[in-house]
Amino acid sequence: MGVRVQSEPFDLGAEATAFAAGRSDAGAIVTFTGIVRDVEGGLLRMEIEHYPGMTEAAIAAIRAEAMTRWSLADCLVIHRHGSLAPGAPIMMVATAAAHRADAFAAAEFLMDYLKSRAPFWKKEITRGGASWVAAREADEEALDRW
Amino acid sequence: MDVLYFAWVRERIGLPRERVETTAATVADLVAELMQREERYAAAFADLSALRVAVDQELSDFSASLEGVREVAIFPPMTGG
Repeated sequence: MGVRVQSEPFDLGAEATAFAAGRSDAGAIVTFTGIVRDVEGGLLRMEIEHYPGMTEAAIAAIRAEAMTRWSLADCLVIHRHGSLAPGAPIMMVATAAAHRADAFAAAEFLMDYLKSRAPFWKKEITRGGASWVAAREADEEALDRW
Repeated sequence: MDVLYFAWVRERIGLPRERVETTAATVADLVAELMQREERYAAAFADLSALRVAVDQELSDFSASLEGVREVAIFPPMTGG
């Protein structure tokens, strides 16, 4: 399946290997992995809330759009929810295409749309308290280029 | 219909979802009605520009019609990825 929304960790090496396996139709595979980043130091956990049902549908629609816009052999999106430790992988995308330009562009498109069109919300838990991560204007503007 | 809240909207209102009986024609009307009901809604919905809406699990906006709608969700801008 091309879309997975899960609380369990994933092994990005194993996922990339499985995605690439037997893919003689694609000369290029691009993978991107998002990691829980401790921006200011002192991050204990990142809690990721989502909208069950809509999340899967929204990501599937974004994935389908990428498959339509670029000549892709396949693409994969994995996004976690729940409580994640600093350094843990949050999500990954992988794209397979005949040529690298399509694979890179589609991966960037997927990332830009997942950031502000898939129903996830991040909350940072630090020693000093908890706060919701605010959406950045740059994230919204990033959609304009597509 | 079912009304769902996420992230800080959920926290301010104090529950993740509830059943609301309403004759509101649009999401904006529903929000105005809830704001009249209780202070916690007024606090959560004070700045509509800071909120996003999904109608039957599709991203929409406050002007969307509620006719035949089963589920409305109100939440802050999304921060996935």
